[in-house]
Amino acid sequence: MLFLIAFYAEKNKGSKLVSNPAVYALSLAVYCSAWTYYGSVGMAATSGVEFLTIYLGPVIAAPLWIVILKKIIQISKVYNVSSIADFISLRYGNSKSLGALVTIVCAASIIPYISLQLKAVSETFEMVSTSTMGIEGTSVLTDSTFYIAILLAAFASFFGTLSLDASRNRTGVMFSVAAESVLKLAFFLIVGVYVTYYIFDGTVDIYNQAERQYNLEALSTINGLGGGVNWYFSIVLSFLAIFLLPRQFQTSVVEFSNRKQLKTSIWIFPLYLLLFNVFVIFIAWGGLLLLGEEVNADYFTLLIPMKFGDYWLAILVFLGGLSAVISMVVVSTVALSTMLSNNLIIPYGFLEKLTQSKSVNNTKTIKTIRRISVFSSIILAYLLYSIFDPKLSLFSIGLISFLIIAQLAPSFFIGLFWNRGSAQGSKVGIILGLLTIAYTYLLPFITENILSNSQFVDEGLLGMAILKPYALFGVDLLTPVNHALYWSLFLNTGAYLVISVIKKGNYRERNFGEIFVNSQKVVDLKENAYVWKGEAYVEDIHNILIRFLGENKADKALRVFRQRYEVNPDEKLADARFINFSERLLTGAVGSASAKILISSVAKEKPVSLVEVLKILEENKETISLNKSLEEQSDKLMKLTSELKSANEELKIQDQLKDDFLDTVAHELKTPITSIKASSEVLSEDEEMPQELQNQFLSNIIQDTERLNVLINDILDLEKMASGRDELELKPHDLTDCVRDAMNGIHSIAQQKHIDVEFLPSSHVVTEFDYSKMLQVLTNLLFNSIKFVKEGSGKIEIYLDSTSENIHLKVKDNGKGIPQEDLQLIFKKFYQSKHQTYKKPQGSGFGLAICKQIVEMHGGQIYANPKLDEGAEIIIQLPKSEL
Amino acid sequence: MKKILLVDDEPNIIMALEYSLRKNNYDIFIARDGEEAINLIEKLEPDLVVLDIMMPKVDGYEVLEFLQQHEELKSKTQTIVISAKHKENDVQKGLELGAKDYIKKPFSMKKLLNRINELLTDKQQNL
Repeated sequence: MLFLIAFYAEKNKGSKLVSNPAVYALSLAVYCSAWTYYGSVGMAATSGVEFLTIYLGPVIAAPLWIVILKKIIQISKVYNVSSIADFISLRYGNSKSLGALVTIVCAASIIPYISLQLKAVSETFEMVSTSTMGIEGTSVLTDSTFYIAILLAAFASFFGTLSLDASRNRTGVMFSVAAESVLKLAFFLIVGVYVTYYIFDGTVDIYNQAERQYNLEALSTINGLGGGVNWYFSIVLSFLAIFLLPRQFQTSVVEFSNRKQLKTSIWIFPLYLLLFNVFVIFIAWGGLLLLGEEVNADYFTLLIPMKFGDYWLAILVFLGGLSAVISMVVVSTVALSTMLSNNLIIPYGFLEKLTQSKSVNNTKTIKTIRRISVFSSIILAYLLYSIFDPKLSLFSIGLISFLIIAQLAPSFFIGLFWNRGSAQGSKVGIILGLLTIAYTYLLPFITENILSNSQFVDEGLLGMAILKPYALFGVDLLTPVNHALYWSLFLNTGAYLVISVIKKGNYRERNFGEIFVNSQKVVDLKENAYVWKGEAYVEDIHNILIRFLGENKADKALRVFRQRYEVNPDEKLADARFINFSERLLTGAVGSASAKILISSVAKEKPVSLVEVLKILEENKETISLNKSLEEQSDKLMKLTSELKSANEELKIQDQLKDDFLDTVAHELKTPITSIKASSEVLSEDEEMPQELQNQFLSNIIQDTERLNVLINDILDLEKMASGRDELELKPHDLTDCVRDAMNGIHSIAQQKHIDVEFLPSSHVVTEFDYSKMLQVLTNLLFNSIKFVKEGSGKIEIYLDSTSENIHLKVKDNGKGIPQEDLQLIFKKFYQSKHQTYKKPQGSGFGLAICKQIVEMHGGQIYANPKLDEGAEIIIQLPKSEL
Repeated sequence: MKKILLVDDEPNIIMALEYSLRKNNYDIFIARDGEEAINLIEKLEPDLVVLDIMMPKVDGYEVLEFLQQHEELKSKTQTIVISAKHKENDVQKGLELGAKDYIKKPFSMKKLLNRINELLTDKQQNL
């Protein structure tokens, strides 16, 4: 059935059910193994609520857990990390030996744990089968546990090693793990309800009955200071376990695929744990009441239903326990096999062989190594199981596992936030921690439980009280487990910190230290965050990639790299980015330590000094932020440039206009002056000039001085208006009056030239305006028209009408019209149309510019009607003021 | 009698020039813009053109260009520019287009007369 679920999930990778974030959250529940399933009841029965700590740790820490997990996942995904050993060894500069050490720690923690699981399965199977079918197993061949172990090994080795890249997701396995998580919870809840409500009369009933018989006080409360401290340590221990247990790392980090999963699991996972623990205490008390203290309390969940003859329920419980075992064993061994192959076997034995053989064989070899590791770790666990003393409770063996794995904590957590931590410090710390555990927990455990000799525990090593294994240096407040945890972690952390401070790690360690501490930046920087100096050829590295990934994948990777970083395909020398890129690819396949060795086999690496590392990292950070700000700057500049360009264009036009303006002003001023000068010279030099001619010259001079005066006034007017110094004298007037006044002003000239001027108002229009200025506008427009119409047949029409908001005033003539290209320009100062036949007989050339200024001061618009076949029409639109 | 063509769109200036030059025994013709000027130059082949630059329709520079393009007219007809355009490059342009002199407005009538007399006597001597 397990196979089927896994098959289904592998085949339907994309489907909604399989990719549901809840699957991820539920797969995290691989945390609840058989130990949880049976052991916590046993623990509750013997030592009370302490069992809760194992679950409270993860629940309390859930928010913090998510934050740290996010960081870990970020780094792991960037570097293709496939296991916790890989993660730690990467942090300390791909340290081969550290990776191996972590692997050994994990193996030491996992294998007894697996045998513990097998023990649970075999014992429960025995119980269920002897009472239901009467079969009894004794030898290895008839021992059902052996077959279960083989079956598990087969499943795990097949599904766990489908892909070569160990950092890839194992959808099938994870989905079946999630399914099993549901099963085990459901069955456990069923038996909980069964005991509490079917056998007993609810929770209160159990409590009352238990209270009468036992000292519940001790079982249901935290006992004083010692109890409090113990609680604290137990919670810490379980908190560490949720990160460090290889199966948890596998499910939470390696199998992580999208952000949503974290959000979902932040509530599903704690909820799951809480649900699991609701009935534990009641089953424990119920079991104590019904079966007494002689029976192994671990199996109350099986024994209670069997006592009442409900074998179906016992089988259900057994199945739930079995699924807990299966998922735990499968995930653990998959994780362990990856570590064993990538961090221990390949770097220490097979690497040379792999480098020489072909890629197809390599893939096979690596997979085979993994399969053999899966298989052998399960078999090893089985062998360990067969020598276990049946007296050992599930819980106490489980705690050893936790203790051992907790030794990774200092290197793991401190390394995440402290860039100084070194590989050497980490190694010494872990080894020291392990030795401490051996002395304070394992040794007394063995002497007490297996050799049945309590001398060592009671009197200490060589009879020295200060070295009593359960009360080292006189600390005897704690339970043995917490005592061991306290001293091992104390010494471990201490050694790690001291050695890291005293001895700097090499540049790789420091580099990765920076990277792990600043993980967010790493995600942004990717290949750029890599410090590497030396010489390597793309070709050599490419060959390695081919050997481990196959030709197709290697070529594709190279193409991707070149495209991403726009690297020239002809470039023969590999740069730091390419080295890092390839190393990451290989990390997925053979682990980080091996990847480093492989790369360094073809790359001549030069050591990088700390100063350089920091500088390069700083530069990288700076370059990125610099690049970003440069990008923004350049965007801004681009915008500014285009603005400036158009402003410049505008200025150029303005400048040109100003030039033209001055030129024209000069010309306009000089022309009458020239005339005056010439005329006066003629007059002064010729005394015999006839009177009539004299008068003509004199009148010319007067005319030209008048022209000068008008010109100067116009210039002053225009500048005054343009600079905003001129204020309008706004008063309500009738516009028709103003038009008539303007017509009177030009009447004599029009009559002289036989030009017909007609006013066609639709009504009286009374609004606020500056009467004299508007008169100037209208006079100007009329003079213009007179200038352009033919003498004799010229006709000028003035229209005036208004809506509630606007007033329209039009001056239309039948002259030569305004050329299309001049429609806008005529309102510019001093613009003289090239098409003008004669220069302004009167006026200055400012005429329309002044009109425009005045109209705009009134909030209106003036423009030439562009849709006209003959003649010209100037339209003034004024807003009607409210009176 | 030497023929002089006066080209300017300002009637008052023309009037003063015409009076002075007639008194100096020149035959005076008048054009009010460049177009008229070119027509009269072709028709009269004057000895001298007194030419304004800023005029409607065809300006003084265009008249000079017209003269440049007609060798036979150019050898007969000299030009003096009188203009309010005062910038150095305006003067340069006028001289490059073959004007004998460029006199800025407002000009001194005496100086202008002297220049005209000079040019027309020089030409006589050359002949």
